[in-house]
Amino acid sequence: MIEFEPVIGLEVHAQLLTNSKAFCSCSAEYGALPNTQTCPVCLGHPGALPVLNENLLNFIIKMGIATNCKIREISTFARKNYFYPDLPKGYQITQYEDPICYDGFIEIELSETERKRIGIIRIHMEEDAGKSIHDLDIDTLVDLNRSGVPLIEIVSEPDIRSAQEAYKYLTSIKQILLYLGICTGNMEEGALRCDANISVRPIGNSKFGTKTEVKNLNSFRNVEKAIEYEIQRQIEVIRNGGNIHQETRLWDAASQTTRPMRSKEFAHDYRYFPEPDLVKVKVSNERLDSIRSSIPELPLARKQRLIDQYGIPHYDASIFVEDHNLADYYEHCCSYLAVKSQKTFKLVSNWLMTEVMRILSERKIDINELGLNPKFVAEIVDYLSEDKISSRIAKDIFPEVLQNNMSPAKIIEERSLVQISDSSALETLIDEVLANNQDSIEKYKSGRKNVFGFFVGQVMEKMKGKANPKLVTEILRKKLDD
Amino acid sequence: MEFKDTVKHIAALAKLEFKDNEIDIFSEQFKEIVEYIDTLNEVELGDVESLSQITDFENVLRKDVTQSSVSLEEALKNAPKKNENFFKVPKVIEQE
Repeated sequence: MIEFEPVIGLEVHAQLLTNSKAFCSCSAEYGALPNTQTCPVCLGHPGALPVLNENLLNFIIKMGIATNCKIREISTFARKNYFYPDLPKGYQITQYEDPICYDGFIEIELSETERKRIGIIRIHMEEDAGKSIHDLDIDTLVDLNRSGVPLIEIVSEPDIRSAQEAYKYLTSIKQILLYLGICTGNMEEGALRCDANISVRPIGNSKFGTKTEVKNLNSFRNVEKAIEYEIQRQIEVIRNGGNIHQETRLWDAASQTTRPMRSKEFAHDYRYFPEPDLVKVKVSNERLDSIRSSIPELPLARKQRLIDQYGIPHYDASIFVEDHNLADYYEHCCSYLAVKSQKTFKLVSNWLMTEVMRILSERKIDINELGLNPKFVAEIVDYLSEDKISSRIAKDIFPEVLQNNMSPAKIIEERSLVQISDSSALETLIDEVLANNQDSIEKYKSGRKNVFGFFVGQVMEKMKGKANPKLVTEILRKKLDD
Repeated sequence: MEFKDTVKHIAALAKLEFKDNEIDIFSEQFKEIVEYIDTLNEVELGDVESLSQITDFENVLRKDVTQSSVSLEEALKNAPKKNENFFKVPKVIEQE
């Protein structure tokens, strides 16, 4: 049987985090009451003139540089004409023949050691349309708050070869946008949207098959599922002797399938022409330099640095860079450590990934909302790394540290929780425990080695968790096995 | 005859409907206009770049600062159909 490979390109729309809209001074904030953030420009009133928001220009250049694009010195705007009620002007202001960013790429990680380059054809500026609501009334309701909100459209080369690669590409784009601070990346709120161009071809063929465009991919998981479904659908059609029609299909999350969109007869006749109301955009070297110097370390580079600098595993570094605030926090904690070593760096990592992130997910908050002083994490790790407290004590005092914003060092010293590593004191206690549990000793000697844990538990109980568990184990083993 | 199709196509894009005799009239007029414009093709342009702007202005930019919008009432004032918060249009059948 002929094997097929998919060829996928993604078009990603990202809403920019500007204060005002792309071409007027209305607020671009999400979630306001309907139709309260409009003016003659974004309502499409005749004669109203658009003026470009400087931050739309700055933000797209940022994204262009971060994705290794060339930045066009002079670019223009165009009108894309189509008729839809949420587009009051009857055209969308966008860029057509001369997008400001072009010919770039990002890298995605296929595994811990393998990276793949995904080309970026272009990134251009445009404006969002309003929002149509079809299910609240007999009529369609239109909210124009979103009309004119700035968007960038990022168009990839057809370099993606699986649904999983598409997912990785999209999450990488999202991470870069978040690192640059130019988009919330929230797919559910529509701040990030994705359409996929998908075709399949027999492996070994260099010619592309006929593609379909799949829309309505409104969550990261849906992107992966919809692409996987569409790939299999196309392969099946071809194997059954059919042909793929070039068409737009909608992902239906309820049925987990794609279906053809009712064909708009002239859907792709947009009659583009130059936007006469907006002048040329020129990117000066000064602007380019100042933006370039404002770009932070990007996720992949940061991941590699965390691995190199702190010696933490790839897995740990991946978790931290997913949220740049968390990565910042990790590095803050490490900077406060009294003893800086690979061991303590890993202990900080463990502590964040277990205790701290558990609370974050329980409370559904991010690290900055937790309000935990990174110094306190470093203190706990310092005590742990020098075996001054047991991990049980560390876990026990943590809620208090968090709730009362109290220094762990203070809690530990005040309540003398420093663990007992004095072997003679422990020996006396262990002898006592053994003497009181003769029957368990018999069980142990008769081969039921799991009784050992019981003894450890008894000792720790008596010491209120303050005994050094390693030492307890050592002494117990010596006494029981002799 | 080809202009009849062009007129029908343009009319469909503009969501306009015409009677057959109107299409005949517009086809004639379209033909005249297009032929007139076509005379421009006879001009030898060499490597003159196409013009997107008639002014030489560049970078007319606005600081990213919000100003107050018009009120909800004002925004909806000219709408042929509305409720308290929204513009209303006939149900858009096509789902997107």
